[in-house]
Amino acid sequence: MKLIQKLGLILFLIGLGSFILIPFLGNYSLDKELVLANTKDIHQAKMAEILEPMYGESYSSNFTFLNAFGDYFNTYNDQLKAEANWDQVIWDDYSFSLALAGLDSPVKDDPWMFFALSIGLAVLGGIFYNLPKYQGEPEGIKNNGIFHSSMKNRGILGMITGSFLILFYILLYWFPAYLVTLVAMVSPISEMLSGNPASQWFLYGLIYTLAIIVMGVRMFRKYRGNKYQQLRTASVMFFQTAFAFLIPEILVLLNQPYFDFKNIWPLDYDFFYDYQISTFLSSGGVGMFMLIWGILLIIVGVPVFTYFFGKRWYCSWVCGCGGLAETVGDPYRQLSDKSLKAWKYERYIIHGVLVLAVVMTLVTIANYFSGFSFLGNATNQLHSFYGFAIGSAFAGVVGTGFYPFMGNRVWCRFGCPLAAYLGLVQRFKSRFRITTNGGQCISCGNCSTYCEMGIDVRAYAQKGQNIVRSSCVGCGVCSAVCPRGVLKLENGSEENRITDFPILIGNDSVKLNA
Amino acid sequence: MSGNRHVVIIGNGISGVTCARNLRKLDENVRITLVSGESKFFFSRTALMYVYMGHMKFEHTQPYENWFWEKNRLELKEAWVKEIDYSSKQIIFQSGEKLAYDDLVIAVGSKPNKFGWKGQDLKGVQGLYSKQDLELMESNTQSGVSRAVIVGGGLIGIEMAEMLAYKKIPVSFLVREAGFWDNILPKEESALVGKHILEHHIDLRLESELEEIIGDESGRVKAVRTKSGEEIPCQFVGLTAGVSPNIDFLKGSELLTNRGVKVNLSFETNIPNVYAIGDCAEFDQSPAEDRRPIEQVWYTGRMHGETLAQTLAGRPTSYKPGHWFNSAKFLDIEYQTYGTVPASWDSSRVDSFYWEHSGGKIAFRMLLDKSGTLLGINNFGFRLRHEFFDRALSEKWSGTKVIANLAKANFDPEFFAPYYIEIQKEFKNQFGGDFKVSKPSFIQKLFGASV
Repeated sequence: MKLIQKLGLILFLIGLGSFILIPFLGNYSLDKELVLANTKDIHQAKMAEILEPMYGESYSSNFTFLNAFGDYFNTYNDQLKAEANWDQVIWDDYSFSLALAGLDSPVKDDPWMFFALSIGLAVLGGIFYNLPKYQGEPEGIKNNGIFHSSMKNRGILGMITGSFLILFYILLYWFPAYLVTLVAMVSPISEMLSGNPASQWFLYGLIYTLAIIVMGVRMFRKYRGNKYQQLRTASVMFFQTAFAFLIPEILVLLNQPYFDFKNIWPLDYDFFYDYQISTFLSSGGVGMFMLIWGILLIIVGVPVFTYFFGKRWYCSWVCGCGGLAETVGDPYRQLSDKSLKAWKYERYIIHGVLVLAVVMTLVTIANYFSGFSFLGNATNQLHSFYGFAIGSAFAGVVGTGFYPFMGNRVWCRFGCPLAAYLGLVQRFKSRFRITTNGGQCISCGNCSTYCEMGIDVRAYAQKGQNIVRSSCVGCGVCSAVCPRGVLKLENGSEENRITDFPILIGNDSVKLNA
Repeated sequence: MSGNRHVVIIGNGISGVTCARNLRKLDENVRITLVSGESKFFFSRTALMYVYMGHMKFEHTQPYENWFWEKNRLELKEAWVKEIDYSSKQIIFQSGEKLAYDDLVIAVGSKPNKFGWKGQDLKGVQGLYSKQDLELMESNTQSGVSRAVIVGGGLIGIEMAEMLAYKKIPVSFLVREAGFWDNILPKEESALVGKHILEHHIDLRLESELEEIIGDESGRVKAVRTKSGEEIPCQFVGLTAGVSPNIDFLKGSELLTNRGVKVNLSFETNIPNVYAIGDCAEFDQSPAEDRRPIEQVWYTGRMHGETLAQTLAGRPTSYKPGHWFNSAKFLDIEYQTYGTVPASWDSSRVDSFYWEHSGGKIAFRMLLDKSGTLLGINNFGFRLRHEFFDRALSEKWSGTKVIANLAKANFDPEFFAPYYIEIQKEFKNQFGGDFKVSKPSFIQKLFGASV
């Protein structure tokens, strides 16, 4: 390892360490004004009363503060629940906003310094580490030592990384009150962009985008000499930074709805939720454009682009989940399960999620037009189930947290309903396929090993059969790692795209179907 | 099962396994047993190097999942064969166990050549062919190797050099000839690969021949001496001067052997119901003008298996290979060849067109006969389509037609630089010809895919 890379690693670890320590810095205290300022009108009096014992107390950590808050709040709510006094129960969770408001921390006083020390150092270290990679070596993809690596082959480092990611996602989705110090730290950036203080989602979006950029640099180094990989990496970096991160924030600054123009239903599962629809409808021409744009992407964009280019136009060139998988997740791509059994599970699960998303949306729309009468409860139940199980647990905790265990495309392969939709088009009506180069395959297995979607590419290549699979995201790595020039991603005529009885060229003794 | 004909295949490499698979497809009832002492399950021998370098785990080299064999009723017998009793039609294993057959296929592959060098059996000296060789190499290079020497400049030699480079073990690569793999590659191509080897800091020594391997008191290699008298201290020696049929255990019986098991073009040996395919078979005549009597390539092994399966299924078929093709990867440079391109040719009968990119890693060679008809091509550093050249060779296209249509032969990934344009320009320069040079597409211009 070069000196600068060692320095980068040290900086990254200092940054990561600071990031982990920052939530522990600071004291928490509440007073009545704070409570009134951070609760809804209907709850103000009650919350001020419930939390009264906390006024004037100083809590030295988020644990003690949130424990005390939980005790008082739950005592109140549980009693009402026991009495079945449902109208009085407070369903809103004020722990995040009150913890953020009640926080007194050096991080809040000097956010830029702490930002530089944590995220800043991690990003700088990551770039120092990645940029000099393979310097002085001839161009070519080197997968050296991947299966000897603790990080990349489910060793102790991989386990630690996966556990850390899982913990982070659990906190982010369900216990964000523990992360308020970090949210306060990035608040000045949020205010610069949108004029609003940061939420935990801004923190997440920022880290997510920076991670794609830093690991995108790694991709540029790793896949030197492969223009396809370079371009598609640049593309996901651009779409994440501009479309997913900056543009929505700037829209908010301009008093427009927060909107990611490249997010498509049913991945964007709340697109048809009543509050979304009413936001679009109440935001004038811009809102109307967003609504129509979103619908056009679903009914025209997906089928047309997928017909011409395959689902890769989205999954490995545009999508944010794909963007993270293809950059941060690239070191783990070889961990996907290639067995036939996994493929069977994959088809049941991903199409199950698609059906669930469609049913949920249909119920939502029916409910919307029926005037919130009889379907109201079913809609809410479905939304909260889907949001918890699919939106948070599957897409987030499993989707990213499982990178070091099951590869970088667990969500995309088993869960994403949009991938399922794109996949159906790709399988049945598309010009995209991966072609195999006559009889040149030597069954070495590099392609299958490095397929992040768990496709047994070799099974096709050694038969001389085109690869037409709904799950293929067209990352092009099978082609990149093939030592004999066998695989090529192509868009071409639909005729002979699917070859059920392929013939291997080169043996004139028999014309047989391998 | 006892009533069914029993086909026993010794060896579960690409030849034996292809034969078994195709036979099962053609015949539902025949009993098929694959015998191997090397590995219970079929794996791709060509991928052993990737296991060593941590690109893959050994299981990744297995093209079929473990349930595949039972599902297709291909019985697997993991044992080493001691001898074969042809008169009673049975195999005798080293354990003493016996297995009766009706038809026997010998597909036992190769072993690394050892030419009787002094010290060739010392500890730390080995070839690389089998799974056991890989395991041996892993233990031989685990620690304490500060330099390795590789003897013999072929495909396995350069693979071994790459493997050792992964372990950061400095390599001296002794090649007897004046150029790397120059019995196969023309001079320019051989030089191109040679330069690339040096670029990887591998100490390539052309025209260097091994004299002897020197051991220490413990019987471990400590140095090699070359014919020129130079002594190179080393703790590991790779013997990669080719391979030869692995048939020692078959010699001295009524089975006719020479270098390999002697077969006709239907893979029949001199003993009825006994066949030989793959690396270990030696044809009594060349299968085609440009073919050797022993074919030691993955692809030919596969074709032998495909062909013999037909005969065993009651459709007597003799081996008729199509146009020659092959491929390899020299460190970072991919190589493909279609048709016939020998290392040298008679320029009164053959014309050669050669283009090399200024970077020295991409090249294209095309040989034509004096009437301008395509004989074969070599391509380095970029990919060309097998189907295209198979057709061009079958239909006896002129070189001009091949070059005019070269864009269609391109098999590089999207957005890669269009080298075929440069090749077309150069061909026009050297040979003339009435055709239009391809134009870069809009996308190619946009993304600056410069050549």
